[in-house]
Amino acid sequence: MTGRAALGASGASRSGGRRSARLGRLAAGLVVPLIALAAWQAAAGAGVFTPSQLPAPSAVLAAVAELVRRGELWQHVAISGQRVLLGFAAGASVGLVSGAAVGLYAPVRALLAPSIAALRAVPSLAWVPLLVLWLGIAEGPKIVLVAIGAFFPVYTTVSAALAHVDPHLVEAGRAYGLRGLGLLTRIQLPYAAPAVFAGLRLGLAQGWLFLVAAELIASSMGLGFLLIDSQNTGRTDILLLSILLLALLGKTADALLGLLSRFLAGAT
Amino acid sequence: MAATAAGVGLRGIGHTFGNGHTVLRDIELDILPGELVAILGPSGCGKSTLLKLVAGLETPTAGEVLVDGRAVRGIDDRCAVVFQEPRLLPWRDLAGNVALGLPKGVGRGSGRQIVGHWLDVVGLEGFHRHRPRQVSGGMAQRAALARALVREPGVLLLDEPFAALDALTRLRMQDLLAEVQRGAGTTVLLVTHDVDEALHLADRVVLLDTQPPVAGATVATVLDVPWLRPRDRAYPELAVLRADLLERLGVPRPTPAEETTP
Ligand SMILES: Nc1ncnc2c1ncn2[C@@H]1O[C@H](COP(=O)(O)OP(=O)(O)OP(=O)(O)O)[C@@H](O)[C@H]1O
Ligand SMILES: [Mg+2]
Repeated sequence: MTGRAALGASGASRSGGRRSARLGRLAAGLVVPLIALAAWQAAAGAGVFTPSQLPAPSAVLAAVAELVRRGELWQHVAISGQRVLLGFAAGASVGLVSGAAVGLYAPVRALLAPSIAALRAVPSLAWVPLLVLWLGIAEGPKIVLVAIGAFFPVYTTVSAALAHVDPHLVEAGRAYGLRGLGLLTRIQLPYAAPAVFAGLRLGLAQGWLFLVAAELIASSMGLGFLLIDSQNTGRTDILLLSILLLALLGKTADALLGLLSRFLAGAT
Repeated sequence: MAATAAGVGLRGIGHTFGNGHTVLRDIELDILPGELVAILGPSGCGKSTLLKLVAGLETPTAGEVLVDGRAVRGIDDRCAVVFQEPRLLPWRDLAGNVALGLPKGVGRGSGRQIVGHWLDVVGLEGFHRHRPRQVSGGMAQRAALARALVREPGVLLLDEPFAALDALTRLRMQDLLAEVQRGAGTTVLLVTHDVDEALHLADRVVLLDTQPPVAGATVATVLDVPWLRPRDRAYPELAVLRADLLERLGVPRPTPAEETTP
């Protein structure tokens, strides 16, 4: 009994230690951005660049205020976020299903894997003219392009991970009566879960990449549009702001996905 | 124990893998319900393969396996296997792993109780919530044994289940198996390399071997061990059988010293 109590106590202190370790890691991650900010401020103040080349951080803050006042900031962020979310959801779903089919079933692999590999070899921007031709210039082509971007990393990692599930564990699962869906959800997916989530995060990152490509080419809203528009109007402060926003949104989305994976890992 | 012991019939079993490698041939054997049969044989002769055929994990290329008089087609839920390796799911704790063995239709509450009971029986009380990588190899193998026992199988298939255990734990687990078998009356097929283990536990010892020009191992010898369990490990009659078995396995009797001195 005392042994059990001591175990509980050490467990509690360990979780406390884990929390402070996480805070430490967070603080360590902020070091480089803060140094960059200081260097930026110093460079802008020393007059190495003209203000139109490198506006001070304060000027970027002022741009935030200006865009918020005009009600545009939220609009750009929201439309870009929506495109990434929809595109990622579509691309990742198709990637998961086709990756699972190719990874688990040899006949499907023989049928589909070579064609998908060939499609992946096409540089993504090569699809843009076709997408515009078929889907016009509204939301459709942008979401499809994001979906294409999100699809390939998810498909590749999921198919590889499911094809390489430890055959000993699969056999043990079969010996204990698991088949088909049961085998997939109890053995194969949990075994492949870390790789699947790595693939989802890669897909999300590539989704943002393709979003900017889509918005740079044909759009009147969104962060990619803000980038190209600010370049054309000589507003370097807004240009820097767009880049910072992309970094911030991308990192936030990735962190949310990471949280979700940790939650699901705890649930199995 | 719900399930009743089932007999096993091996009728002309032969197995050739897809790559053309013939591992087993012409195996004829009848195992009575409740009997404990040890299978001995040189490494690579197909002992694990034979267990997989009985479990329905592989289909024999010749002959037929009968469990309780019915032919085995696909995975057979009257059997439970303990593999040569523990094969536990690393993302589940020991209790979760053992729960995988529960037969279909057991409720959550009673399932947890059964799992806890068998984990305690194999000496893992206090480790129910540990993950496989947090316990020793021997403990993991005991959890694998518990996973098979919760199934209350008609036939328990054990593939060198104690080979990875330290010598003392192995003796303890052998006695535990004898006790479980006596209590439940389960039929047991025990693959082992350990002649002493076979003699301590088995009603019959089956020796698999190849006769070189012909490919594939078959039953070379069937030896009755006619003493009731539990047996005393120091039983003198066992020593005679032991020397006989070892000789058949290619370990000759040491020549007495008088004969070598001129
Ligand atoms: N899936 C497979 N495909 C082809 N050959 C196989 C396969 N599985 C096993 N074998 C071969 O069958 C033979 C018997 O294997 P098995 O594992 O049944 O031997 P074993 O008697 O259990 O050996 P050990 O005592 O070392 O465990 C070996 O030569 C092995 O290489
Ligand atoms: Mg073997």
